[in-house]
Amino acid sequence: MHKLNKELVVIGGGPAGLAAAKEAYEKGIKDVMVIERDMELGGILPQCIHNGFGVHHFKEELTGPEYAQRFIDDVAERDIEVKLNTMVLDVTKDKKVYAVNKEEGFSEIQAEAVILAMGCRERTAGAIGIPGTRPAGVITAGTAQRYTNIEGYVPGDEVVVLGSGDIGLIMARRMRLEGADVKAVCELLPYTGGLTRNVVQCLEDYDIPLMLNHTVTEIIGNGKLEAVEISEVDENLNPIPETAKIIKADTLLLSVGLIPENELSKKADVVLDDRTSGPIVNEGRETNIEGIFACGNVLHVHDLVDWVTQESEIAGDWAAKYIKGDYKRSGGEVEVKAGENVSYVIPQKIELESEDRNRIPLYMRVSTPLTAVDVNLYADGEKLYSFSEPFAKPGEMISVPLAQKTLDGLDDLKEIRVDIIEKEGN
Amino acid sequence: MIEKKQLTCVACPKGCEVAVEFEGNEIISIDGHACPQGEDYAKEEVVAPTRILPTTAVVKNGSLPLVPVKTTKAIPLEVIHDAMSIIGNIEVEAPIKMGDVLIENILDTGADIVATRNLARQI
Repeated sequence: MHKLNKELVVIGGGPAGLAAAKEAYEKGIKDVMVIERDMELGGILPQCIHNGFGVHHFKEELTGPEYAQRFIDDVAERDIEVKLNTMVLDVTKDKKVYAVNKEEGFSEIQAEAVILAMGCRERTAGAIGIPGTRPAGVITAGTAQRYTNIEGYVPGDEVVVLGSGDIGLIMARRMRLEGADVKAVCELLPYTGGLTRNVVQCLEDYDIPLMLNHTVTEIIGNGKLEAVEISEVDENLNPIPETAKIIKADTLLLSVGLIPENELSKKADVVLDDRTSGPIVNEGRETNIEGIFACGNVLHVHDLVDWVTQESEIAGDWAAKYIKGDYKRSGGEVEVKAGENVSYVIPQKIELESEDRNRIPLYMRVSTPLTAVDVNLYADGEKLYSFSEPFAKPGEMISVPLAQKTLDGLDDLKEIRVDIIEKEGN
Repeated sequence: MIEKKQLTCVACPKGCEVAVEFEGNEIISIDGHACPQGEDYAKEEVVAPTRILPTTAVVKNGSLPLVPVKTTKAIPLEVIHDAMSIIGNIEVEAPIKMGDVLIENILDTGADIVATRNLARQI
């Protein structure tokens, strides 16, 4: 077994891991290793060939591969060690990383700090338990994306998409452009889970019907998918039997949610949040284990990679501070609470003291679509400030800056709470 | 006849709901946008909608069988399918660099088809 020491080990070479590694390097940590299980860097971005990335971070619109290439180049230009085709098998709470690859076999890497950036994975047919047979042709939207965009196989001719998450919408358009007949996108909820721009550019442009309050109630076919039965659902999301109809299809794409991939985090005794399925972190994106940080989709599922980049820079910055001993814990922990209509807030707590910071961005999602809202921040029940937004949607993350100077005056602060509430008379 | 159209602006991920009143190609009013991009988008969307086209092209001797490509600027929505069949008929020799022009001025739109990633030769 190989034994080596590293200042910083980043697990995962997608957009989160690359941005975190670059940031830590820029902040003075030169002994960095990025470990990636795939044959190339970039994570999921190389298969996301559509445009729409980078509007916030780079102020220009890029495709997924282009966005990835910028960070791949950033890492290549610096003396950052990259291990491809390397699988991390275990991480311990004393920051030993165990990894394996073909060339070097099994390695034990003792790190001073670890950044978890393993991303997320898709919920599958098994996870949502659709009744019926188990034929070929029922695949996740991301799998179809890989087949179509990387491997060169369009998986079917007659397609139904279940779930209106962004990957489902993007793949509805992609398969239509490749000549498939995309018959419908069914969404269980009364609103779409994807970005508005994707509903417009992927469905409306191509007259693909979006069937809200609909779900797949049976999968039909032996060996190969032949058809799906879809039904409308009532307000309790239960299918209404008399609305059932059969749609002929050879492919059912599932875009029914993403789950942060935290098997390794659990091995290191990292505590997870039930709401996000990712680690509970402080404002440095540090988990309950000192020196183990998390960023990107392993922490919570993002809608825009731009926010992943911003968050990963935070994690990279604080990992560098940790290694250099540049911050201390304040001793008192401020809990950040998701109030009315807010499903979660990242970070879940604020507990670090540092000289050089101006603001703490709070990332959150609403639990239901709202229009004309006030976003209210409270410190121990007293309103700090509020601002208005024309609307808030569960599919679109909201970033709220919390000024450091706001906190500085509040010595015994125990709790920050965020409410997002529709204005009266609306 | 004055027509009304409710649009969702896609100039950025915010997605403002923009209401446009127009007669033929003449815009009468635009309302609901949060920034000037929304006004431009609404005008264009009513008169002549355009889109960036991202797709893939077949690669010869590449480390992967496809290379992702895009139009260098938005092209008319109505020619998207024609553009797809032209791109579907080319084969590009690896190695390829991001930004390499694979088709110049596709369908006289003024847009080139460029590669959006680096792709090495098959080893």
